[in-house]
This record gives sequence, C-alpha cells and structure tokens, in this order.
Amino acid sequence: MLVTLSILLENKPGALMRVTGLLSQRGYNIESLTVARTLDPTLSRMTIVVDVETRLRPHLLKQMNRLINCLQANDLTEGPNVVRELVLLRVRAAQENRTAILKEAEIFGARVVDSSVEGFALEATGDGEKLDEFVAVMATYGEIEVTRSGAVAVSLEPKKLRLSPPVPKAQGEPAGTVK
Amino acid sequence: MAFFTEELEIKNERLGDLEPMSNLMNGARILLECLVRENVDCIFGYPGGVTLPLYDVLYDHPIRHVLVRHEENAAFAASGYAHATGKAGVCCATSGPGATNLTTGLVDAMMDSIPVVALTGQVTSKLIGTDAFQEADTFGITRSCTKHNFLVKDINELAQTIHEAFYIATTGRPGPVLVDITKDVLQGQAHYTPVHEIHLPGYKLVTEGHAGQIRRAAQMMWEARRPYVYAGGGIIAAGASGELQDLVETLDAPTVCTLMGLGGLPSSHPNFVSMPGMHGSYAANMGMYECDLLIALGVRFDDRVTGRLAAFAPHAKVIHVDIDPAEIGKNRAVDLPIVGDVKKVLTKLNRHLKEFAPTMQEERAADRAEWWQTVRNWKEEHPLQPVFSATEIKPQHLMYEIDRISGGKAIVASDVGQHQMWAAQFIRFDEPRLWVNSGGLGSMGYGLPSAMGAQMACPDKTVFAIVGDGGFQMALPELATLVNYGLNVKVIIMNNGYLGMVRQWQELFYNNRKSAVELSAFPNIEHLGAAYGIKSRIVHTPAELQAGLKEAMEENGPYLMDVRVSQYENVYPMVPAGGAINEMVLAPPQPVAVPK
Repeated sequence: MLVTLSILLENKPGALMRVTGLLSQRGYNIESLTVARTLDPTLSRMTIVVDVETRLRPHLLKQMNRLINCLQANDLTEGPNVVRELVLLRVRAAQENRTAILKEAEIFGARVVDSSVEGFALEATGDGEKLDEFVAVMATYGEIEVTRSGAVAVSLEPKKLRLSPPVPKAQGEPAGTVK
Repeated sequence: MAFFTEELEIKNERLGDLEPMSNLMNGARILLECLVRENVDCIFGYPGGVTLPLYDVLYDHPIRHVLVRHEENAAFAASGYAHATGKAGVCCATSGPGATNLTTGLVDAMMDSIPVVALTGQVTSKLIGTDAFQEADTFGITRSCTKHNFLVKDINELAQTIHEAFYIATTGRPGPVLVDITKDVLQGQAHYTPVHEIHLPGYKLVTEGHAGQIRRAAQMMWEARRPYVYAGGGIIAAGASGELQDLVETLDAPTVCTLMGLGGLPSSHPNFVSMPGMHGSYAANMGMYECDLLIALGVRFDDRVTGRLAAFAPHAKVIHVDIDPAEIGKNRAVDLPIVGDVKKVLTKLNRHLKEFAPTMQEERAADRAEWWQTVRNWKEEHPLQPVFSATEIKPQHLMYEIDRISGGKAIVASDVGQHQMWAAQFIRFDEPRLWVNSGGLGSMGYGLPSAMGAQMACPDKTVFAIVGDGGFQMALPELATLVNYGLNVKVIIMNNGYLGMVRQWQELFYNNRKSAVELSAFPNIEHLGAAYGIKSRIVHTPAELQAGLKEAMEENGPYLMDVRVSQYENVYPMVPAGGAINEMVLAPPQPVAVPK
C-alpha cells in the first residue's frame, strides 16, 4: 500500500541518504519525496510516499525513528491531514483550443504562469487524484510536458516532538598525564 | 616528489608539537586525546598515506597499536576485543582500499550488535570528489554497514564527533560507528577543548521499561504453567547475567541461550537446557515448541532460531524485552512488549516476581515439576552428547577435550561453519563474554583475528581460536600478527578437508553433488608454523589429541594445531531451512526436499 511519511530530519550531509538508503535497503520503492528546510534552518522536513506491505508499516516507522539524524517520523496515511501536490504543465495548444484550455484550467483552479504562441504553462495544486485528472484533461488538447512536485503533507493534529536532552560526557584522563 | 612533500609536512607537525603546554595541537593529537578520554588502550589498524599524521603521533603514545596484516582483520579483532570486554573495540584504516576492507567487519558488528569504532582516513577535503589517489566514498559505502557514521571535514568538529561516535557505539543497542576523517583535519592545528556534553536530539534511547508492562509481565510469568526463557546476546550486551539467573531461579524456568547469548546463563546452571535453533538440541527446540509462555530477553527471533515462523512456539504467549523498539514484533507477534535495557527491566521484574514468590512458587510447584519432567525426558530421549571413535577424531570429541581444558572458563573464538556449531553445542561457558563468534553475518575468517582481539583485551585468560580449514586460510596473514605481538592464542584447526557446512547442505539438499567444497592443498601446518616461528603440531589420532592439547596449553605464546577429524561427520540435530523447529533431523537422514 502507499504510505505517506512525514519526517523531521537534521539538515546534515548524508541525512537524506540515510532515509532513502533505509527504504532501498528493504526493497521499498519511493513514489515521491519532497524535502526542504523548516523555520529552523538546521532541520529539514520530508514527505515521502512509499509503497510498503501493510504489515510492515509500523516496522518502517520504527526503523525511521531509529536513524540518529531523524528527530521524528510520523505516518500520515490515515488520520486528519492535508496532502497537496504541485504540478507544472506545458501544453502546446492550437489557436482554436486556447479558450477551452483556459476554461478547463479555471475549473481545476490552475493558474497560467506563461503564455506564448506555442501554448501555455500552467500551475495547479491539489491532491494527487485531482492532478491526475487535470493532466489527463490537458493531454487531450495537445502535446504536454509535466513536472510534479510529489506530495507534501501536514497533519492536522499536533504531533508531540520528543527530543533527547544533552548528556554529560564522562571525562577520562587527558593524554598528557598518561606518560 | 609527493612523498617528499609529505615528509616536509610531518616535520612541520613535529615542530608544532614542541609546545606541549599549549592546547594548540594537530587533529591527529586531538583524536588521540579523545581516545584516551574514552579509555581506549588498544587500536587494531593498518597505516596508509592519509593516516600518516595519526601514526606519527601514535609513535610515542601510550595507546598500543596492533598492526594487523589486513584491514578486515582489524575490524574483526576490534570486535573480538569488544566481545571480551563490552568496551568499544577500535580499528583504524587508511582511505580507499583500507576503508573498503573494513566493511565486512563492520557489517558483522552490526548484525551482532557489537560496539566497534572505526577510524578511517579520507583524502584532503579539497580533493574529495576528484577521484584522488586512494579515494573512496567511505561515508556512502559504510552508511548501511554501521549504526551511524560521520565524515569530519572541519577540525573544530573532530573532538565532539569522536565522543559522539563512542557514545552511539556503546549505548542503546550497541553497534559499529565509523568516523571518516580527512587528511587536512588530521594535519590542521586547532585549540583542543575537552568535550563536556553529548547532544544528539534524535538519538532516542529507551532504557527504563514501562512500569505497568513490567508488572503485567511478572503476572503473566506466574500465571504460566510452562514458562520458557529464550535469552540472547542482549543479556551479554547489557551485563544482565546476574539478573537473568535470578529470574530463572525464582521462576524455576528452563532456559535456552542463543548462539549470541551463550554464557548469559552459565552452561553448568541447572536451569540451562542448551542452545536452540537450527543446530540446537532436541530438548531446547521441543521446549520452544511446547511452552505456554515464551520469555524472550534480548533476542531478535532470528530465522536460524525460529525455523518456520508459523510453527514457532505455536502454543505460547510471548513476552519480548529488547532495547531496540524496531525488534519488537519484527518477526513474531508479541503479547507483551517491553522496550528497555534488559538489565534494568529484569531488576524491576525480579522485584515484582519475588513479591508473589512466597505464594506462587508453591502454587506452581506441581506445574513446574511436570514441565521439568517433560524437559528432562526430551534430554534423555535425544541427548546432545559427543561422539567418540577409537580410530578417528570425531569433531565432537575435539570440542569435548577443549571443554575439559576450559572448564567453562576459557575464551573461545570461533570461525563460521560446522566447527562453530559443535563448539556451541559442546563447550560450556560459565561466564558471559567468553564465547566470541560471528553469529548474524557468519563471516568466515572471523575466528583467528577476533581471538587476537580478545587476547589483547584479556591477556591472562586462555584463548582458543577454533577454526575450520577453510576459515583458517582466510585469516592466514594474521599468523604474523600473533608472532609479532607474542599473542597467546591456541589456534585449533578442525581439519576435515572440506567446507563442511556447505558440503553438509549439498549432501542433504543437492543430491550429494559436492561442488567446490573440497579443500585440497592444505598447507603442512608444521612447516607453516616453522616458517612463522610458531610451535605447531598435526594430530591424526584420538590417542594424540590430549597430548597435543596439553602441549598447546604449556606453550606460552601462539600455538597451531591441525586436528585431522573424521571427514564426513555432519552437525545434528538439524532443522532444515524453512522447517518447523519441532521437526528436527536427528541423525544422518535420507535426502530431504530442496529448501526454498
């Protein structure tokens, strides 16, 4: 099944590799992955949609939480949450179709980000299914080129963030005194 | 030309060292300062171009460096050291091939949860990514081989990182941690300030165990009529042998220790049944099958223990105590999980158990008597006992003799294969940290170097390296290390002329087509020993065996013994892969179906 994970990660080199490595190591295929800095620039927030056997779902979350660079991993597949995706789409449009395309775009709440004699560049957001439809509709008008952002998700309930506090470091003898 | 520049750089470093009072030092010295503060007394390593600055400061430093003859063995030796002490074992290698050679040892430590800190050199920061000489993406390569890894490119982060590495390796579920350090960091100068605090906000350690769950566990244990303790490597890692013993005595429960858990409960303890699993005893596996409560402590329900999961402990409720939440319910659904340090959990659990002991012990007495009678019957029906022959040395006979010398007190480091299973079956371990072996990964070549590590850690203990003729040849270069450091390791080669375990499977499951398992051209050990200056002996007959071992014990230094055992002996009982644990093959059978 497709599982949506939201992961709060330390923004450190290699941290992303640990997350994707954990998935590929277990043979899970990533459907989409988005990552960007949070308000705190030392942290990143990732949303991953991944295909996982249902019974392994809780296990995957535990594995994620085991990563030292991962501060929090949540499963947002169910429960109150909002999932959105962005699509940027270029459609080559014949002159007689231009009005129709703009009408369709309006129905999907898409915005025109570029217009030229060749056609339009459109931007739309929404859940994956809606965007699938949007892309399908646009494809009927002519040649299209599509870039999708992958899902970003936010939970509508606060998720408690539990961080480990600093621990004092036991001090051994300094090297100079051992001689 | 390049080398000349290197020498100049080294000279400059020495000049820098002329001011010992200043805390301005080069990265290599900061690194050693940190190691000393982690109580490291011994490093297993192999030098190279980018670790030159480190080796220069090691030259007159009290930390001992053991020059192994191959980096893989540095990692294995560090693991042996960690096995024997519980402290982190430290190994060190240069960039590129040095680092890649460590990886098998790192995965091995990962699979067996052994604390190892690996230090590797990396090419100078500005050369990273240019395919520089001896450059490899160590950080990327070892990501999945380690519990965590670091790449240090800034000297100001070095000290903090080293201490974090030790903290991660030794706390929680232990494991290997690698720190890759660029040459410019090792050479650069910085003011050293001791590290007072470790802050890893995402490193989630749960050690205490849920109080309510612990109480419920105690209740379930008293309610059970046929409780059975399944103790693993977690008991050793947590130092919870005493607590385990306390628990099984209060409850009077039969107890099995897994391959990684041997010595967790003394083998001579009356409650100890034996090792369970693929080559476990009949009684140990039948107990698993028939119990009504399985008390799993610091174990991971490995496939080599459980056999076919659907048929594993089918009548039992399961209590699972483990420090790693990701292990709970991974293979077997659990009725009562407790995440925590098994020592802390058992301490509390024992208190609860004892609260009810005065009444419950009496109430359960009849159940226990019956349960123990059943276990004893299994033991008598199919006992695990050595096989002897007047004409040839049976491998089990060899283990029996080693056990007699050890008396449950010697360190035994084993390689991987048939001899490993026989050693686990027939050698007693009356303390934890005596049995050193590669359980999860099954790395051949592990026995000899890990014995070196254990011997460095415990110079006063008798250390055996029990190896097969296959694994011995994988670790052959380390004979020089044994001589070099005068390491008192008794290397016992169980020589059957075959890769015995693979051959056993070919016999049983592949129509006895012995493909690529015959090890001809084994060197003459007496000549080999002479070449290295190691006392050695070939033993052909049962009559010579005791004398040979006696001579080995009298030698105060390395000893090589090539024991020619019966060639075609196989390990039994055996649960064929994917089989149910109560359906053991107890003796050489008719060929069985090909496993999946």
